[in-house]
Amino acid sequence: MSELILASKNSALDAKIDTERITLNVGPQHPSTHGVLRVILTLDGEIVIDAEVVLGYLHRGFEKLCEEGTYTQNISLTDRLDYFNSMNNNWAYVKAVEMMMDIEVPERAEYLRVIMSELQRIVSHLACTGFFVSDLGAAHTPLLYAFREREEILDLFEMVCGARMTYNYFRIGGLANDIHDGWIPRLKAFLQRLPSKIDELEALITGNEVILARAKGVGVLSPEMAISFSTAGPVIRASGVPFDLRRDVPYSLYPRFDFKVITGKNGDIFDRYYVRVQEMRESIRIIEQALEQLPDGPIRIPFPLNVRPPAGEALSRIEGPKGEMGFYIVSDGTSISPYRVHQRPPCFIHLGVLRDLVIGWKVADVIATLASLDPIMGEVDR
Amino acid sequence: MKSECALASPHVDIDIDAISAKISDSITRVVRGAPPAVYIRLDRLLEVCRFLKETAELEFNYLSNLTAVDYLDRMEVVYHLYSISRKHAVTLKVEVDRERASVPSVTGIWRGADFQEREVYDLLGVTFVGHPNLKRILLYDEFVGHPLRKDFALPKD
Repeated sequence: MSELILASKNSALDAKIDTERITLNVGPQHPSTHGVLRVILTLDGEIVIDAEVVLGYLHRGFEKLCEEGTYTQNISLTDRLDYFNSMNNNWAYVKAVEMMMDIEVPERAEYLRVIMSELQRIVSHLACTGFFVSDLGAAHTPLLYAFREREEILDLFEMVCGARMTYNYFRIGGLANDIHDGWIPRLKAFLQRLPSKIDELEALITGNEVILARAKGVGVLSPEMAISFSTAGPVIRASGVPFDLRRDVPYSLYPRFDFKVITGKNGDIFDRYYVRVQEMRESIRIIEQALEQLPDGPIRIPFPLNVRPPAGEALSRIEGPKGEMGFYIVSDGTSISPYRVHQRPPCFIHLGVLRDLVIGWKVADVIATLASLDPIMGEVDR
Repeated sequence: MKSECALASPHVDIDIDAISAKISDSITRVVRGAPPAVYIRLDRLLEVCRFLKETAELEFNYLSNLTAVDYLDRMEVVYHLYSISRKHAVTLKVEVDRERASVPSVTGIWRGADFQEREVYDLLGVTFVGHPNLKRILLYDEFVGHPLRKDFALPKD
């Protein structure tokens, strides 16, 4: 009884403490905002009571620019959306045009597309993992471990298309050029080394007590919320929803490969990190199978520089490293430029859930939650 | 951590005739394709969205994409729906007058519509009635006009 009275007295005392609300701007220039992003936090002490995401600092009018360029020119614009994911951006864009024109791509090109896409997924997940740990304060050993392997893949990309970031490698109806002699042996040597390097990176993070304290049970996204907020990729899978377009809406040659759809069960920051780490291993498996099956043949069908798809529209859907991505393209049937281009941007949509994830948590958790959503502002702002 | 074997559950095509028969008085036009596109009467939009989401055998619980297209004689708002549990897809479209472009917000049905509706409002000038926080998202507040409208003139300098 006396305990009860004490408890009620304490709560009466709490109610009287009037704390001043503080507004804190995280960004637009901040070391942990993954680009020029601003989050306006309203704080009660150290607790977040409201968060507003402010976007647009990197808006370049991508969709408007696409209406000016030709179908072929626009491929190079897509490189600059999510710049850790240029190969998949290329793919999603040319896929939408190919859907409109009913084009079948040569088999060798499709295999190479899968290989490039999965390599790009590894790059993106490595970068995300490195940035995530560095945002938690572990500067900079894990980030450099991740970037050392990323560097290898960038070398491989440079060998096929001459660029390290903006590849412009995909073409409507195939690829820009075939791979060189010596590319496959180098890729195979890298794939042999990579699993042990991922283990090495994981050893710094997965069992790390500080990381576990910061990431386990924090920023929990329930499966219902994950679906309702249209999240995708590792974010929705970490919440236990086995949604992967490579399996659920099969495209390209993915039905030919044996791979697992990785899911978490808690939907917290740790699960989002851990799903990504395991997905890298699945990507290695897919690339190995693709290399085994890779046929000879053309890498592109003969095609004019400018195309005029028939009047109509298409939405491509592919599984990018961040989640479902695709392009909705409308053609008027007469022009060599699209009438309308819209990208389905997973990073942009993922930021929509940030507010709900951080309310009630501390400022430091905002940084960790943000990093676990893996937003790349080039795609968010377009 | 658990993992599911790939290829366990392939994509399913939706029976658009069966669905459109049930909501025939809300539909103006059906365009066949993969996925099929259904034109919905503007005043029935929310009703149809709820029906598609809440009917057990349809369960369109995932708003995969939301955008709009300016056709100069009309504005078309496009909803790409998907069901994660049933693995089928459908496209919904509503046509609105571009001078008074106003559509009910679906944020109450799929919360992921929040940012996407703000983007359509910002770039195409479509008002979403019932949206909790409808304001520009990619452009700055002082910006005049909606750049993805076809009659938007680019500044000269």
